[in-house]
Amino acid sequence: MNMKKFKRRLQRITPGGRQLVIGVPFLWLFLFFMLPFFIVLKISFAEADVAIPPYTEIYSYVEQKIQLLLNLSNYVMLSEDELYIAAYLGSLKMALVSTVLCLLIGYPMAYAIATARKEMQTVLILLIMMPTWTAILIRVYAWMGILSNNGLLNGFLMTMGWIDEPLQILNTNLAVYIGVVYSYLPFMILPLYANLVKHDNSLLEAASDLGSSTFNSFWKITIPLSKNGIIAGCMLVFIPVVGEFVIPELLGGPETLMIGKVLWQEFFNNRDWPVASALAVVMLAILIVPIILFNRSQAKEMEGKE
Amino acid sequence: MKRFSFSSLMLVLGLLFIYLPMLILVIYSFNASKLVTVWGGWSIKWYVGLLDNTQLMGSVVRSLEIACYTAVAAVILGTLAAFVLTRITHFKGRTLFGGLVTAPLVMPEVITGLSLLLLFVAMAQMIGWPQERGIITIWIAHTTFCAAYVAVVVSARLRELDLSIEEAAMDLGARPWKVFFLITIPMIAPSLGAGGMMSFALSLDDLVLASFVSGPGSTTLPMEVFSAVRLGVKPEINAVASLILLAVSLMTFLVWYFSRRAEEHRKRAIQQAIDESAADSWKQPDIRRAPAPASV
Repeated sequence: MNMKKFKRRLQRITPGGRQLVIGVPFLWLFLFFMLPFFIVLKISFAEADVAIPPYTEIYSYVEQKIQLLLNLSNYVMLSEDELYIAAYLGSLKMALVSTVLCLLIGYPMAYAIATARKEMQTVLILLIMMPTWTAILIRVYAWMGILSNNGLLNGFLMTMGWIDEPLQILNTNLAVYIGVVYSYLPFMILPLYANLVKHDNSLLEAASDLGSSTFNSFWKITIPLSKNGIIAGCMLVFIPVVGEFVIPELLGGPETLMIGKVLWQEFFNNRDWPVASALAVVMLAILIVPIILFNRSQAKEMEGKE
Repeated sequence: MKRFSFSSLMLVLGLLFIYLPMLILVIYSFNASKLVTVWGGWSIKWYVGLLDNTQLMGSVVRSLEIACYTAVAAVILGTLAAFVLTRITHFKGRTLFGGLVTAPLVMPEVITGLSLLLLFVAMAQMIGWPQERGIITIWIAHTTFCAAYVAVVVSARLRELDLSIEEAAMDLGARPWKVFFLITIPMIAPSLGAGGMMSFALSLDDLVLASFVSGPGSTTLPMEVFSAVRLGVKPEINAVASLILLAVSLMTFLVWYFSRRAEEHRKRAIQQAIDESAADSWKQPDIRRAPAPASV
C-alpha cells in the first residue's frame, strides 16, 4: 500500500523520456557554455589581486550586510587605453577584409563545385572539408616556412630575378591576411556549396529563354537565392576571426594588434584575469549581433525551412 | 559559358592555394638538412628522432586519450541535441536551446576558453571540484564545442530521414526509446560515425581551449607543438605536423569511404524495394535526392 503510493510519487517527480532527452544536452550546454559567461561578467568587475585565484571577490557579507562592489576600472581602462581600442579596431578590420576576400575567392569555388558532376562534387567537397579538420596551428605553421625572409617564396622570387633582396612578409599584417584567408576559406565554401547545390536550374534556363544574359541572371537570380548561404559563410569567418589568436601570434608582427592576442597576453603573461574578462565581455558585446544572425540562419537550416 | 570557365579556374587555383603549403610542409619534413630552407636530400631522421622525444610522445598519448573520450561524449550529446532540434518542435526555451547548440560553432575560442577556466576555478572554490585541471577539464571543453559540430551533421541526416518508418514502428506499438535505438540510430549511423571522427580530429587539433583549461603536467600535443613553433621553424616540427596531416587525411578518407558505402547500400536497397513493389508503384519510398545538376 505504502509502497504503491511511494512509487506513484516517485513517478511524478522523475523526469519522463522527453524531459530527459531535452534535459541532458540542455543542462550540459547551460552549465558549460552559458553559465561561464556570467562568471566572466562577474570577474570583469573584480580587481586583480596577488592570490589564488588572482582576483578579488565582488561581494562580501559582513555584519548582516551584503555588499556588492562593482569595480568599473577595468572598463574605464579599456575605453581610455589606446592600445585596447586599436586592438579592437584592428581585429574588426582584419575580420571584415578577410571575410570579403574569402567571399570573393570562395563564391566562384563553391559555384564551380555545385555545378560539377555529382561524383566529382563528393570528391571536391571532401577536398575542401579536409583542411577544416586539420589543426589551424599546422596550416599556419606551413606558411611560416614559406613566407620567412629566407623562405621558399623569397627564394623563388630571387632565383627568378624579380627581386634583389628578400621581401619582409612574415611578421606583417599581410602575412596575417594570407593566413586568415587560407585557414577560413573552407568555412566560407561549405555553407555556400550547401546552398548553391539546392538551386533549381530551371529558373536560370527560363531567364536565358527570356533573353537574360548569363551575368544578368547570375546577379539577379543566383546571388539573391544564395543569401542564406552567404550569411552563414560570412558569419562563420567573421566571428571567429575577430577573436583569432593563433594566426596573429605566429604570422603577425609588432604592428599586428588583435584583441585575441591582447586577451591572451593579459591572461597568460600579465595574469590579469579581470582585465582579460572585461576584454572578453566587450568582444562578446560586439559580436552578439553577428552571432544571433548566425544562429537564426542555422535554426532555419536545422528545421529545414527555407 | 564564360562564367563556368572562370569559376572552374578559381576552383583549381583555390585548391592549389589550400594544398600547396601542406604539400611543401610534408616534403620538407623529409629534408636531411638541419636548415629548414636548404634542401639537403631525402631523410627520415626527423621522424626517427621523434620516437626518442619522451615528452612529445607523452603529449601524443594524452591528446589521443582526450580525443577518444571527446568523440564518444560529443556524439551522444550532439545526437541528443540534434534529435531535440529536429523532432521536438515545441517546448519552452527552444530558441535558447537552438542558440546554445549552434553558438559554440562560431564563438571565438579565447572567449570559450577563458569562460570555462573561470567556471572551473569558481567550481573548485564552491564545491571543491575539479581539484586540479587536466584531462577531464579539457575533455569537458572539447565535448562542448564538438557536440555542436555533431549536432549540425546529425540534424542534416535526421531531416532527410523518412519519418514514416519511425511512425510505422510506433503504430505497431514500439515504445519511443525502442524506436530510437532500433530504427533511428541504425539509419543515422553513418552520420554518427562522421560526427565522431570529426570530433576526434577537432579535439586532437585544439590549442586555445586546451591552453586555458589544462593544468600543470597535462600538456597536449598542439600545446607542445605551439611552444616549439613560437621559436621558429624546425625540422622536427615539420615531421610532427606531417604525421598529424597524415592522420587527419586518413580519417577524412575513411569517413568518405564509409559514408559512400552506406549511401550505395541505401540506394541499392531503395532500388530493390522499388523493383519488388513495381506493381503498386504509388507506395514507393521517394528517393530524396536532388536531380543531378546539369554538368558543365
